[in-house]
Amino acid sequence: MRISMPRLTLWKIVFGVVMVAALYATAVRFTRGLGASTHLSDQFPWGLWIGFDVLCGVMLAAGGFTLTAAVHIFNMERFKPIIRPALLTAFLGYLLVVMALLFDLGRSYRIWHPLVMWNPRSVMFEVAWCVMLYTVVLGLEFAPVVFERLRMGRPLRILHGISIPLVIAGVILSTLHQSSLGSLYLIVPEKLHPLWYSPLLPVFFFLSAIAIGLAMTIFESSMSAKYFRKQLELPLLQDLGRILVVVLAAYSVLRLQDLYHRDALRLAFRPGYESSLFLLEVVAGLLLPIALLLIPRVRKSPTGLYVTAVLVVLGFITNRLNVSITGMEASAGVRYLPKWTELAVTAGIVAAGFAIFGLAAKYLPIFPEKEAARHSEEAAETEHSHVAS
Amino acid sequence: MSKALLYDATLCIGCKLCEQACAERNQLPYDDKIAAQTVQSAHKFTVVLTHGDKFMRRLCMNCEDPTCVSVCPVGAFRKTATGPVVYEEDRCIGCRYCMLACPFNVPKYEWNKVLPRVRKCDMCADRVAAGRPTACTEICPTGANKFGERADLLQVAEQRLREHPEQYVNHIFGVSEVGGTAVLLLSSVPFADFGYRTDLMHEPLPLLTYRVLSRIPDLVALGGILLGGIWWITHRREQVAAAEAAESHETSGKK
Repeated sequence: MRISMPRLTLWKIVFGVVMVAALYATAVRFTRGLGASTHLSDQFPWGLWIGFDVLCGVMLAAGGFTLTAAVHIFNMERFKPIIRPALLTAFLGYLLVVMALLFDLGRSYRIWHPLVMWNPRSVMFEVAWCVMLYTVVLGLEFAPVVFERLRMGRPLRILHGISIPLVIAGVILSTLHQSSLGSLYLIVPEKLHPLWYSPLLPVFFFLSAIAIGLAMTIFESSMSAKYFRKQLELPLLQDLGRILVVVLAAYSVLRLQDLYHRDALRLAFRPGYESSLFLLEVVAGLLLPIALLLIPRVRKSPTGLYVTAVLVVLGFITNRLNVSITGMEASAGVRYLPKWTELAVTAGIVAAGFAIFGLAAKYLPIFPEKEAARHSEEAAETEHSHVAS
Repeated sequence: MSKALLYDATLCIGCKLCEQACAERNQLPYDDKIAAQTVQSAHKFTVVLTHGDKFMRRLCMNCEDPTCVSVCPVGAFRKTATGPVVYEEDRCIGCRYCMLACPFNVPKYEWNKVLPRVRKCDMCADRVAAGRPTACTEICPTGANKFGERADLLQVAEQRLREHPEQYVNHIFGVSEVGGTAVLLLSSVPFADFGYRTDLMHEPLPLLTYRVLSRIPDLVALGGILLGGIWWITHRREQVAAAEAAESHETSGKK
């Protein structure tokens, strides 16, 4: 532990600076309104907070449903050791998305309105309900971890009894929610650039969520192995890498077919702003990871898997930002760049995510093999306190 | 039954009295500075655009099947039976999906308020409900703005196109754009010159999302059955394997 102290302090300074900036930006947002705290306008009503915090936030939480489905529905028991970090990321991700929504909504104190004021014809209504219900489901799926820590047997047994219906509800809600974020843009056929507008947007958003679920699990496990000094489940990650390359390939084929059939593929090779960002997304974030994962030496090495997972995550973040920002700029007739306050809030939310993950990993039984060690530590501690008293 | 507004740009003289009447009716400030503004905003619901001696109005089109009504998660927008599309600010959560989705970019936001509202022309819903014309049509000195039944106004517009084809672009804007609108436009120059999109769909945009949303109940039922079924099969296999293992263990134990 002592060796990592200097790095820890540096991160603490960064964390502190980000949090101070985020708090100041929060004050600006809630005392002076969206106009003073964002570069949003009548021409460009959705910016970074929707494009990154909400669209990417939900996407990055996809590991939760991907892994619970694999382990509990498809009975792939061998992935069980990595299910808890994935669930924690998903639960945290959704809580942070709700937090971000409070910043973005013009009247955040009415966030509960969709509960009682219904409009089932609205995709946003579906999104609102999926966020609410799935956050509850994730809470219940994650709760056993807390009850285990508190050694509360009764609620643990109750939750265990309903675990399968919960998992099924979670998978269905995730499917609806991930795809509905793509459906949001179905209604702007003449506004969203043809490189991204497609009737298949919901399918693309769903498929990419599965890919991200796998990539994020590889990313998380690699990071956790590094920072929590636990052993890496390399064979498991190699399996995930193999599934990932299949999902990525299916997504790519579908995406390119769709572009070709809509006669939009040629736009990708017309030099310009949109095509550059499209190529960045597709070449660096899609084709390159596929190529890398097809090389056995890369797929079998921890570093290779980690780098590929990071590429996939960055690639799909670019995709979500392209759909929500790049692709909407031409029709809006304006260029949008986030204001520092928007960046500060987003950075603060991401930093909070990392910090809470770290704390949860430290105090809750997230990594099973660490448990044995912690239990013996605890036993030693109680002994100490007995001696002291 | 459903009311509408016909704006004939060839009759307009650009006096902007409609802008002023609109501001008064909506209790918004109006002065020379605001009169010079050429974009709709939270404090200016309609604008008269000028290109040389040609004019064009922009205002909420009060669509027949409005995109804003369909996209609003809390149903803050409503198409009234008489034609106007109205906004209930008490419901609005401020997600601004209406602004993103509106094919005419009509809804505008009070960006500089801490508790902002969406603002737009509501075709003087209260006046129309009381059987009166909109403020802008009532004040128009030349008859460029005409209020009436949508079906009647369509006939008037068709007649004008028929009798004076040389004066007009041969199209009534709003007759079928995004499924038809309650505001109908006639012009002597292409509508695109004044920023109207000419590539709009001729069926309501809400169909695009409704096609997907209407499948959700089926998807949920099918998904539940499929996932439950897969779980049952995969776990049954496990149980069988466990039972067989126990059996063979027993038999080997007996030996």
